[in-house]
Amino acid sequence: MSAPGGVRQPSVARARTAAPGTGVARPRRAVRYAQYAALLCYLAFLGLPLLWLLSTAFKPPRELGSAAPELLPAHPTLGNFAAAFDEQPLLRSGLNSLTVAGCAALLSVAVAVPASYVLARRRTLPARATSGWIVAGQLFPLVLVIVPLFMVLRQLRLVDSLGGLVAVYVVWNLPFALWMLRGYVRAVPPALEEAAAVDGCGRLRTLRSVVLPLLAPGVVATLMFSFVAAWNEFFFALVLLKSPEKQTISVLLTRFTGAEGAADLGPLAAASLLATLPSLVFFALLQRRLAGALSAGAVKG
Amino acid sequence: MRRRTLLRAALTAAAAAAPLPLTGCGPRGTDARPGLDYLSLAWQKESVDANKALVAAWNAAHPHTPVRYLQGSWESVHDQLLTSFEGGSAPDVIHDEAGDLTDFAHGGYLTDLRPLLPERLNSAIPQRTWRTARIGGGLYGVPFLQEPRVLVADRRLLRRAGIRLPTVRRPWDWAEFEAAARALTRDRGGGRGRRYGVAWAMKEPVSQSVNLALSTGGRVFHRAGGRDVVRFGPRDSAVAELIHRQVHRDRTAAPSGLGMSGSDVLPGFFAGRYAMVPLNFSYRQQVHQQAPEGFDWVTLPLPAGNRGGRGAGGSGPHGGRAQGVSPQTLSIARDCRHKRAAMEFVAFLTGARQLVRLARGDWLVPTATAALAAPALHTERYGWRTGTESARHLVASPVLGVRGYQEWLDKIATPAFQEYYADGIALRELRGRLVEDGNRVLARYQR
Repeated sequence: MSAPGGVRQPSVARARTAAPGTGVARPRRAVRYAQYAALLCYLAFLGLPLLWLLSTAFKPPRELGSAAPELLPAHPTLGNFAAAFDEQPLLRSGLNSLTVAGCAALLSVAVAVPASYVLARRRTLPARATSGWIVAGQLFPLVLVIVPLFMVLRQLRLVDSLGGLVAVYVVWNLPFALWMLRGYVRAVPPALEEAAAVDGCGRLRTLRSVVLPLLAPGVVATLMFSFVAAWNEFFFALVLLKSPEKQTISVLLTRFTGAEGAADLGPLAAASLLATLPSLVFFALLQRRLAGALSAGAVKG
Repeated sequence: MRRRTLLRAALTAAAAAAPLPLTGCGPRGTDARPGLDYLSLAWQKESVDANKALVAAWNAAHPHTPVRYLQGSWESVHDQLLTSFEGGSAPDVIHDEAGDLTDFAHGGYLTDLRPLLPERLNSAIPQRTWRTARIGGGLYGVPFLQEPRVLVADRRLLRRAGIRLPTVRRPWDWAEFEAAARALTRDRGGGRGRRYGVAWAMKEPVSQSVNLALSTGGRVFHRAGGRDVVRFGPRDSAVAELIHRQVHRDRTAAPSGLGMSGSDVLPGFFAGRYAMVPLNFSYRQQVHQQAPEGFDWVTLPLPAGNRGGRGAGGSGPHGGRAQGVSPQTLSIARDCRHKRAAMEFVAFLTGARQLVRLARGDWLVPTATAALAAPALHTERYGWRTGTESARHLVASPVLGVRGYQEWLDKIATPAFQEYYADGIALRELRGRLVEDGNRVLARYQR
């Protein structure tokens, strides 16, 4: 946060010292207003769909069929939420999603931290080859992987298992997590580790006591990415899970839609709104650390 | 749609590239349950409840072959099934639609039901309906629910314009329909803009254009020399020309409707912007739920082919009342280990009483003759009578069983029809694309 503050101070000072009517401050102020306007437009672009979702979730069916829809429901109702809970086991599937996304995020980070450390610090041929393979792995589209993956999981008896889905998400998210964390590891000065070694720390102790605390922001960012990616994922969950009691929330949401674009719009909006909440809460809890992560990375970079 | 198409194409390629399908080789995945898995695509609450109740009734009567109810969704069922067929863990009883069975039947994923089909079930459903699930000489599904296309109209506006309300026995012909649309089109005044006689929801224009061509004696897909070929003569194109004429020449159809789905046109219909909207029969439920208090709507049959050669086009089968449909089906996976029990379950679900329950839940029309006679489906309320009486004129859509149809639809027909209806290309150009480009696509699948 210090960097933006540092930038702001001189411009504010210059604006204050500029004589009124000289026209020196005006262009800067105009630029600033334009920046705020652009930011507002961007926020509206991002936020409007969410606002509309919120509004739709509270509208009765007759208002959903109105030719002049209003953002604020005229007769707000909780009926859509009641219908959504009545029609589909939202709580159970939400819990499944939470379990899968939480486990996938933790495991991804647990594997990615030591692996990214090795990839960042070791300049050996296997490490470079592994880095290349990670990039190549990301080039395969999901649909080419799914059938062979299904067969492998079937042999391992991991089809229709939340554990199997966690394994898939960990593997699927790992390349990105590794790339992300490798950047953070590289930003940690090797001199710190050398100093720790001089003080008698072994490799593991150095990793745990010196590198890991400095990586905390990167770990948080990776954790968030892995969690949100697993929470939102649809296709693996659709194909790999069969039992009704194991369905995740992203798959369950499609149950409110029919053929040719027909949809039970009110309950769908209500369920979708509820489905976005855990991601928002997770983000809200970790965002302070994420902001720290970004600025920490910026300073180091 | 685009994403779905890419996904579908890539999945098909991936499945084709898999060295050996594991289906039928060795144990059936991790699932060693003695019972059956039933994948249902019912999604409306009443329909889901009806399915669950029927499964519970079956399980109570058949404790040795219990059925597990699995819920899928129409949007993703093809990809889900293709993957699970390849992986050898497909559900035993599969709810799908006839148009989706072609690739699966040719791929060998489904059981040919002919040796299993009980005579009672065979005779319960009309032969013209059975044809919808016959592919390459085999029978791969039991068609159980279907829906005609109907006109949902603002009764008050029609009455005020002095227009006769058509019935299934005495439908409008297309010329009368055009006249009605002209009579209903007017400037509403007070800055409220124009009211159009009709709004054609043409977001997915192909199925409507092909299936309604039957009413004027067209088919679009014809059999010639044992192969499927596309033709687009005057009888095939009469309804498409009519829609184009209404939008661009007569201005009696709303141009904005062309990009809309059935759900999208409803707000404008309720607001009086359109007097009539051609929709699938099940959309009545949305109309019922969303219509403003006191809104007087009526379900009318679609027009029939022109009588006495009036206007463009001629008259097709069933006195020009024929419509092509792709019914919902129940199939059995080839990998199913209890095929007879699965067939018994399908026969149970398609019993007359059960069908009525399922049809009412989904606001659809059953296929079985006995179910169609149920008094509950002959009430005037919500237009049920129009649908059940139209059922006798529903025949297999010409696209059913055509290999390569999906590619023709995605790459050739959908963009071509969209451009034609938007007045971007002329009929001649549309004909060229559908026939010349289209037949090249079909030929690849029929070598």
